[in-house]
Amino acid sequence: MACLVGAVFAVLLLCLLFFIRLYYVVKTGSSYKPGTRGPVTVLVVAGSGGHTTEVLRLMECLSAAYTPRHYVIADTDRMSEEKICTFESSKQHSEGQFTICRIPRSREVHQSWSSSVLSTLDALRYSLPLVFRLRPDMVLCNGPGTCVPLCVAGLLLGILGMKKVSIVYVESICRIKTLSLTGKILYPISDYFFVQWSSLRDKYPRSIFLGRLV
Amino acid sequence: MKTVFVTVGTTSFDDLIEGVTCPETVQVLKARGYERLVLQAGRGSILPAADSCPHVTLEAYRFKDSIADDIQQADLVISHAGAGSCLEALGAGKPLLVVVNDKLMNNHQLEMARQLHMDSHLLYCTCSTLTETLRTMDLSVLQPFLPGQPKNFANFLDKALGVQ
Repeated sequence: MACLVGAVFAVLLLCLLFFIRLYYVVKTGSSYKPGTRGPVTVLVVAGSGGHTTEVLRLMECLSAAYTPRHYVIADTDRMSEEKICTFESSKQHSEGQFTICRIPRSREVHQSWSSSVLSTLDALRYSLPLVFRLRPDMVLCNGPGTCVPLCVAGLLLGILGMKKVSIVYVESICRIKTLSLTGKILYPISDYFFVQWSSLRDKYPRSIFLGRLV
Repeated sequence: MKTVFVTVGTTSFDDLIEGVTCPETVQVLKARGYERLVLQAGRGSILPAADSCPHVTLEAYRFKDSIADDIQQADLVISHAGAGSCLEALGAGKPLLVVVNDKLMNNHQLEMARQLHMDSHLLYCTCSTLTETLRTMDLSVLQPFLPGQPKNFANFLDKALGVQ
Protein backbone atom coordinates (compact mmCIF):
# COMPACT_ATOMS: atom_id res chain seq x y z
CA MET A 1 0.00 0.00 0.00
CA ALA A 2 2.73 2.41 0.99
CA CYS A 3 4.52 1.45 -2.17
CA LEU A 4 1.45 2.38 -4.28
CA VAL A 5 1.02 5.70 -2.52
CA GLY A 6 4.67 6.38 -3.10
CA ALA A 7 4.35 5.60 -6.83
CA VAL A 8 1.28 7.80 -7.23
CA PHE A 9 3.04 10.56 -5.35
CA ALA A 10 6.11 10.22 -7.59
CA VAL A 11 4.00 10.40 -10.76
CA LEU A 12 2.14 13.46 -9.47
CA LEU A 13 5.42 15.11 -8.57
CA LEU A 14 6.82 14.38 -12.03
CA CYS A 15 3.70 15.87 -13.66
CA LEU A 16 3.97 18.93 -11.47
CA LEU A 17 7.66 19.34 -12.34
CA PHE A 18 6.82 18.93 -16.02
CA PHE A 19 4.19 21.67 -15.92
CA ILE A 20 6.36 24.05 -13.91
CA ARG A 21 9.15 23.48 -16.41
CA LEU A 22 6.71 23.91 -19.35
CA TYR A 23 5.45 27.17 -17.87
CA TYR A 24 9.01 28.39 -17.33
CA VAL A 25 10.16 27.49 -20.88
CA VAL A 26 7.16 29.19 -22.51
CA LYS A 27 7.32 32.20 -20.18
CA THR A 28 11.02 32.92 -20.70
CA GLY A 29 10.92 32.24 -24.45
CA SER A 30 11.15 35.86 -25.54
CA SER A 31 14.37 36.46 -23.58
CA TYR A 32 16.17 33.82 -25.64
CA LYS A 33 18.48 35.53 -28.18
CA PRO A 34 20.25 32.88 -30.29
CA GLY A 35 21.21 35.55 -32.85
CA THR A 36 23.76 37.09 -30.51
CA ARG A 37 25.84 33.92 -30.66
CA GLY A 38 26.11 33.59 -34.45
CA PRO A 39 23.98 32.03 -37.20
CA VAL A 40 20.46 30.87 -36.35
CA THR A 41 19.54 27.33 -37.38
CA VAL A 42 15.99 27.32 -38.72
CA LEU A 43 13.54 24.48 -39.09
CA VAL A 44 10.97 25.58 -41.67
CA VAL A 45 7.71 23.63 -41.78
CA ALA A 46 6.68 23.97 -45.40
CA GLY A 47 3.73 21.61 -45.25
CA SER A 48 1.93 21.66 -48.55
CA GLY A 49 0.41 23.74 -51.31
CA GLY A 50 -0.51 27.27 -50.31
CA HIS A 51 1.32 26.95 -47.00
CA THR A 52 4.63 26.43 -48.81
CA THR A 53 4.08 29.50 -50.98
CA GLU A 54 3.33 31.58 -47.90
CA VAL A 55 6.22 30.37 -45.78
CA LEU A 56 8.70 30.94 -48.62
CA ARG A 57 7.39 34.46 -49.00
CA LEU A 58 8.17 35.00 -45.29
CA MET A 59 11.67 33.59 -45.81
CA GLU A 60 12.37 35.99 -48.68
CA CYS A 61 13.55 38.81 -46.46
CA LEU A 62 15.39 36.77 -43.80
CA SER A 63 19.11 37.54 -43.92
CA ALA A 64 22.00 35.11 -44.34
CA ALA A 65 22.21 34.97 -40.53
CA TYR A 66 19.41 32.40 -40.70
CA THR A 67 21.49 29.38 -41.77
CA PRO A 68 21.34 26.50 -42.16
CA ARG A 69 17.68 26.10 -43.15
CA HIS A 70 16.04 22.71 -42.77
CA TYR A 71 12.74 22.40 -44.63
CA VAL A 72 10.21 19.81 -43.51
CA ILE A 73 7.59 18.68 -46.02
CA ALA A 74 4.88 16.03 -45.92
CA ASP A 75 5.88 12.84 -47.67
CA THR A 76 2.78 12.95 -49.88
CA ASP A 77 3.74 16.36 -51.22
CA ARG A 78 5.58 16.62 -54.51
CA MET A 79 5.06 20.28 -55.42
CA SER A 80 6.73 21.79 -52.37
CA GLU A 81 10.18 20.33 -52.95
CA GLU A 82 10.34 21.99 -56.35
CA LYS A 83 9.20 25.34 -54.95
CA ILE A 84 11.81 25.18 -52.17
CA CYS A 85 14.65 24.33 -54.57
CA THR A 86 13.64 27.18 -56.89
CA PHE A 87 13.50 29.54 -53.93
CA GLU A 88 16.87 28.47 -52.53
CA SER A 89 18.62 28.67 -55.90
CA SER A 90 17.44 32.27 -56.20
CA LYS A 91 19.32 33.07 -52.99
CA GLN A 92 23.02 33.79 -53.28
CA HIS A 93 25.56 31.45 -51.67
CA SER A 94 22.86 29.02 -50.63
CA GLU A 95 24.69 25.85 -51.70
CA GLY A 96 24.80 23.37 -48.84
CA GLN A 97 22.94 25.77 -46.58
CA PHE A 98 19.65 23.95 -46.72
CA THR A 99 18.21 20.45 -46.46
CA ILE A 100 14.78 18.97 -47.15
CA CYS A 101 13.33 16.42 -44.71
CA ARG A 102 10.17 14.41 -45.21
CA ILE A 103 7.77 13.23 -42.51
CA PRO A 104 4.34 11.59 -42.73
CA ARG A 105 1.50 14.01 -43.06
CA SER A 106 -0.23 14.41 -39.69
CA ARG A 107 -3.58 15.45 -41.05
CA GLU A 108 -4.98 15.20 -44.55
CA VAL A 109 -7.59 17.81 -45.44
CA HIS A 110 -11.06 16.69 -44.25
CA GLN A 111 -9.62 13.95 -42.07
CA SER A 112 -11.71 13.30 -38.96
CA TRP A 113 -10.70 14.58 -35.53
CA SER A 114 -10.06 11.24 -33.88
CA SER A 115 -7.93 9.83 -36.67
CA SER A 116 -6.06 13.17 -36.75
CA VAL A 117 -5.00 12.61 -33.17
CA LEU A 118 -3.72 9.15 -34.01
CA SER A 119 -1.79 10.22 -37.10
CA THR A 120 -0.35 13.21 -35.21
CA LEU A 121 0.95 10.82 -32.54
CA ASP A 122 2.37 8.70 -35.32
CA ALA A 123 4.05 11.77 -36.84
CA LEU A 124 5.61 12.46 -33.43
CA ARG A 125 7.62 9.26 -33.81
CA TYR A 126 9.35 10.86 -36.79
CA SER A 127 9.37 14.45 -35.52
CA LEU A 128 11.13 13.76 -32.23
CA PRO A 129 14.29 12.16 -33.70
CA LEU A 130 14.39 14.80 -36.44
CA VAL A 131 14.20 17.78 -34.08
CA PHE A 132 16.52 16.18 -31.52
CA ARG A 133 19.08 15.56 -34.27
CA LEU A 134 18.87 19.00 -35.93
CA ARG A 135 18.55 21.00 -32.69
CA PRO A 136 17.25 24.13 -34.40
CA ASP A 137 17.31 27.56 -32.76
CA MET A 138 13.85 28.25 -34.11
CA VAL A 139 10.92 26.53 -35.76
CA LEU A 140 9.01 28.60 -38.32
CA CYS A 141 5.55 27.48 -39.36
CA ASN A 142 2.34 28.87 -40.79
CA GLY A 143 -0.40 26.35 -40.34
CA PRO A 144 -0.14 22.89 -41.89
CA GLY A 145 -0.98 20.13 -39.39
CA THR A 146 2.61 18.90 -39.65
CA CYS A 147 3.64 21.88 -37.45
CA VAL A 148 2.12 20.47 -34.28
CA PRO A 149 4.34 17.41 -33.71
CA LEU A 150 7.45 19.39 -34.73
CA CYS A 151 6.70 22.25 -32.34
CA VAL A 152 5.92 19.78 -29.56
CA ALA A 153 9.27 18.12 -30.19
CA GLY A 154 10.97 21.53 -30.05
CA LEU A 155 9.19 22.35 -26.82
CA LEU A 156 10.29 19.03 -25.34
CA LEU A 157 13.95 19.88 -26.06
CA GLY A 158 13.42 22.99 -23.95
CA ILE A 159 11.57 21.20 -21.14
CA LEU A 160 14.36 18.64 -20.87
CA GLY A 161 16.84 21.51 -20.69
CA MET A 162 18.72 20.26 -23.77
CA LYS A 163 18.14 23.26 -26.03
CA LYS A 164 15.72 26.17 -26.10
CA VAL A 165 13.86 26.23 -29.43
CA SER A 166 11.97 29.42 -30.33
CA ILE A 167 8.59 28.64 -31.84
CA VAL A 168 7.57 31.21 -34.45
CA TYR A 169 4.06 30.80 -35.81
CA VAL A 170 2.55 32.93 -38.57
CA GLU A 171 -1.16 32.31 -39.10
CA SER A 172 -2.08 31.93 -42.77
CA ILE A 173 -3.36 34.99 -44.60
CA CYS A 174 -6.59 33.03 -45.27
CA ARG A 175 -7.60 33.19 -41.61
CA ILE A 176 -9.44 36.40 -40.86
CA LYS A 177 -11.87 35.87 -38.00
CA THR A 178 -10.93 32.47 -36.62
CA LEU A 179 -7.62 30.70 -36.08
CA SER A 180 -6.91 27.43 -37.84
CA LEU A 181 -6.97 24.29 -35.71
CA THR A 182 -3.15 24.28 -35.78
CA GLY A 183 -3.14 27.94 -34.73
CA LYS A 184 -5.43 27.24 -31.78
CA ILE A 185 -3.19 24.42 -30.58
CA LEU A 186 0.05 26.38 -30.98
CA TYR A 187 -1.17 29.76 -29.66
CA PRO A 188 -0.37 29.01 -26.01
CA ILE A 189 3.05 27.50 -26.66
CA SER A 190 4.43 29.77 -29.41
CA ASP A 191 7.10 32.32 -28.49
CA TYR A 192 6.06 34.61 -31.33
CA PHE A 193 2.57 34.22 -32.75
CA PHE A 194 1.82 36.42 -35.78
CA VAL A 195 -1.61 37.11 -37.28
CA GLN A 196 -2.20 38.99 -40.52
CA TRP A 197 -5.61 40.55 -39.91
CA SER A 198 -6.48 43.03 -37.17
CA SER A 199 -9.71 41.18 -36.34
CA LEU A 200 -7.61 38.23 -35.11
CA ARG A 201 -5.27 40.47 -33.11
CA ASP A 202 -8.29 41.86 -31.26
CA LYS A 203 -9.41 38.34 -30.39
CA TYR A 204 -5.99 37.00 -29.42
CA PRO A 205 -4.15 39.60 -27.32
CA ARG A 206 -0.85 37.71 -27.19
CA SER A 207 -0.57 37.73 -30.97
CA ILE A 208 1.65 40.07 -32.98
CA PHE A 209 0.10 42.08 -35.81
CA LEU A 210 2.38 43.89 -38.26
CA GLY A 211 -0.10 44.14 -41.11
CA ARG A 212 -0.20 41.70 -44.00
CA LEU A 213 3.13 39.87 -44.28
CA VAL A 214 2.74 37.75 -47.42
CA MET B 1 -7.70 42.17 -77.67
CA LYS B 2 -9.42 42.64 -74.29
CA THR B 3 -9.31 39.34 -72.45
CA VAL B 4 -11.25 37.75 -69.59
CA PHE B 5 -9.54 34.96 -67.69
CA VAL B 6 -11.75 32.58 -65.73
CA THR B 7 -10.20 30.26 -63.13
CA VAL B 8 -11.80 27.61 -60.89
CA GLY B 9 -8.59 26.47 -59.16
CA THR B 10 -7.87 22.83 -58.37
CA THR B 11 -11.51 21.83 -57.89
CA SER B 12 -14.49 21.91 -60.23
CA PHE B 13 -17.05 24.65 -60.63
CA ASP B 14 -19.24 23.74 -63.61
CA ASP B 15 -21.87 26.36 -62.76
CA LEU B 16 -19.29 29.10 -63.28
CA ILE B 17 -17.98 27.70 -66.56
CA GLU B 18 -21.55 27.27 -67.79
CA GLY B 19 -22.57 30.71 -66.58
CA VAL B 20 -19.72 32.55 -68.20
CA THR B 21 -20.10 30.84 -71.58
CA CYS B 22 -23.89 31.12 -71.89
CA PRO B 23 -25.04 33.33 -74.80
CA GLU B 24 -26.45 36.03 -72.55
CA THR B 25 -23.19 36.50 -70.60
CA VAL B 26 -21.08 36.38 -73.73
CA GLN B 27 -23.23 39.15 -75.17
CA VAL B 28 -22.65 41.29 -72.07
CA LEU B 29 -18.91 40.68 -72.21
CA LYS B 30 -18.87 41.56 -75.89
CA ALA B 31 -20.80 44.76 -75.17
CA ARG B 32 -18.15 45.73 -72.61
CA GLY B 33 -15.41 45.24 -75.17
CA TYR B 34 -14.08 41.83 -74.08
CA GLU B 35 -13.35 39.72 -77.13
CA ARG B 36 -11.29 36.85 -75.80
CA LEU B 37 -12.22 34.33 -73.12
CA VAL B 38 -9.66 32.01 -71.49
CA LEU B 39 -11.04 29.32 -69.18
CA GLN B 40 -9.19 27.22 -66.63
CA ALA B 41 -11.86 24.60 -65.99
CA GLY B 42 -10.15 22.30 -63.44
CA ARG B 43 -11.74 18.92 -62.72
CA GLY B 44 -15.18 19.94 -63.98
CA SER B 45 -17.25 17.87 -66.37
CA ILE B 46 -17.51 20.71 -68.88
CA LEU B 47 -14.64 21.77 -71.12
CA PRO B 48 -16.15 24.07 -73.77
CA ALA B 49 -14.92 23.65 -77.34
CA ALA B 50 -13.15 26.58 -79.00
CA ASP B 51 -16.08 27.18 -81.36
CA SER B 52 -18.84 26.92 -78.75
CA CYS B 53 -19.18 30.67 -78.28
CA PRO B 54 -19.73 32.67 -81.43
CA HIS B 55 -18.50 36.28 -81.44
CA VAL B 56 -15.64 35.71 -78.97
CA THR B 57 -12.33 33.87 -79.14
CA LEU B 58 -12.42 31.05 -76.65
CA GLU B 59 -9.64 28.93 -75.18
CA ALA B 60 -10.24 26.34 -72.47
CA TYR B 61 -7.93 24.00 -70.59
CA ARG B 62 -8.10 22.04 -67.35
CA PHE B 63 -4.79 22.69 -65.58
CA LYS B 64 -1.45 24.40 -66.14
CA ASP B 65 1.64 24.46 -63.91
CA SER B 66 1.24 28.19 -63.61
CA ILE B 67 -1.67 30.44 -64.46
CA ALA B 68 0.51 33.53 -63.92
CA ASP B 69 0.84 34.23 -67.65
CA ASP B 70 -2.90 33.98 -68.22
CA ILE B 71 -3.53 36.38 -65.35
CA GLN B 72 -0.89 38.75 -66.68
CA GLN B 73 -2.54 38.85 -70.11
CA ALA B 74 -6.06 39.34 -68.75
CA ASP B 75 -7.95 42.62 -68.45
CA LEU B 76 -10.45 41.05 -66.07
CA VAL B 77 -10.11 37.95 -63.91
CA ILE B 78 -13.20 35.98 -62.88
CA SER B 79 -12.31 33.52 -60.14
CA HIS B 80 -13.71 31.06 -57.62
CA ALA B 81 -13.31 32.23 -54.00
CA GLY B 82 -10.09 30.26 -53.32
CA ALA B 83 -7.56 32.32 -51.36
CA GLY B 84 -4.64 31.38 -53.59
CA SER B 85 -6.37 32.42 -56.81
CA CYS B 86 -7.64 35.69 -55.28
CA LEU B 87 -4.21 36.66 -54.00
CA GLU B 88 -2.55 35.78 -57.29
CA ALA B 89 -4.95 37.93 -59.33
CA LEU B 90 -4.86 40.86 -56.91
CA GLY B 91 -1.09 40.61 -56.59
CA ALA B 92 -0.86 41.02 -60.37
CA GLY B 93 -2.97 44.16 -60.07
CA LYS B 94 -5.89 42.82 -62.12
CA PRO B 95 -9.56 43.72 -61.61
CA LEU B 96 -11.12 40.67 -59.99
CA LEU B 97 -14.67 39.37 -59.86
CA VAL B 98 -15.09 36.51 -57.40
CA VAL B 99 -17.97 34.16 -58.04
CA VAL B 100 -19.00 32.32 -54.90
CA ASN B 101 -20.12 28.74 -55.17
CA ASP B 102 -23.34 28.82 -53.12
CA LYS B 103 -23.03 25.08 -52.65
CA LEU B 104 -19.95 25.59 -50.44
CA MET B 105 -21.29 28.40 -48.28
CA ASN B 106 -19.52 27.55 -45.03
CA ASN B 107 -16.08 27.01 -46.46
CA HIS B 108 -13.54 29.12 -44.53
CA GLN B 109 -11.88 30.03 -47.81
CA LEU B 110 -14.87 32.29 -48.49
CA GLU B 111 -13.94 34.37 -45.45
CA MET B 112 -11.09 36.04 -47.24
CA ALA B 113 -12.97 36.80 -50.45
CA ARG B 114 -15.72 38.37 -48.35
CA GLN B 115 -13.26 40.50 -46.39
CA LEU B 116 -11.44 41.64 -49.54
CA HIS B 117 -14.80 42.56 -51.00
CA MET B 118 -15.68 44.63 -47.91
CA ASP B 119 -12.33 46.40 -48.31
CA SER B 120 -13.23 47.12 -51.97
CA HIS B 121 -10.40 45.09 -53.46
CA LEU B 122 -12.67 42.86 -55.52
CA LEU B 123 -16.21 42.42 -56.82
CA TYR B 124 -18.28 39.56 -55.49
CA CYS B 125 -21.32 37.68 -56.81
CA THR B 126 -22.90 34.25 -57.16
CA CYS B 127 -23.55 32.28 -60.34
CA SER B 128 -27.15 33.44 -60.48
CA THR B 129 -26.14 37.12 -60.42
CA LEU B 130 -23.07 36.77 -62.67
CA THR B 131 -24.59 38.16 -65.86
CA GLU B 132 -26.20 41.08 -64.07
CA THR B 133 -22.99 41.87 -62.18
CA LEU B 134 -20.97 41.87 -65.39
CA ARG B 135 -23.54 44.16 -66.99
CA THR B 136 -23.59 46.73 -64.18
CA MET B 137 -20.11 46.46 -62.61
CA ASP B 138 -17.96 49.54 -62.14
CA LEU B 139 -14.30 48.54 -62.01
CA SER B 140 -13.22 52.05 -61.05
CA VAL B 141 -14.48 51.56 -57.47
CA LEU B 142 -11.82 48.92 -56.82
CA GLN B 143 -9.01 49.90 -54.47
CA PRO B 144 -5.46 48.80 -55.28
CA PHE B 145 -4.28 45.84 -53.24
CA LEU B 146 -0.87 46.51 -51.73
CA PRO B 147 1.51 43.58 -51.41
CA GLY B 148 2.26 42.16 -47.94
CA GLN B 149 5.46 43.20 -46.22
CA PRO B 150 7.66 40.21 -45.32
CA LYS B 151 10.37 42.77 -44.51
CA ASN B 152 8.41 43.77 -41.37
CA PHE B 153 8.46 40.15 -40.27
CA ALA B 154 12.22 39.86 -40.87
CA ASN B 155 12.95 43.08 -38.96
CA PHE B 156 10.84 42.01 -36.00
CA LEU B 157 12.48 38.59 -35.88
CA ASP B 158 16.00 40.05 -36.12
CA LYS B 159 15.30 42.21 -33.08
CA ALA B 160 13.51 39.45 -31.14
CA LEU B 161 16.25 36.87 -31.69
CA GLY B 162 19.14 39.32 -31.33
CA VAL B 163 20.37 38.94 -34.92
CA GLN B 164 22.76 41.76 -35.84
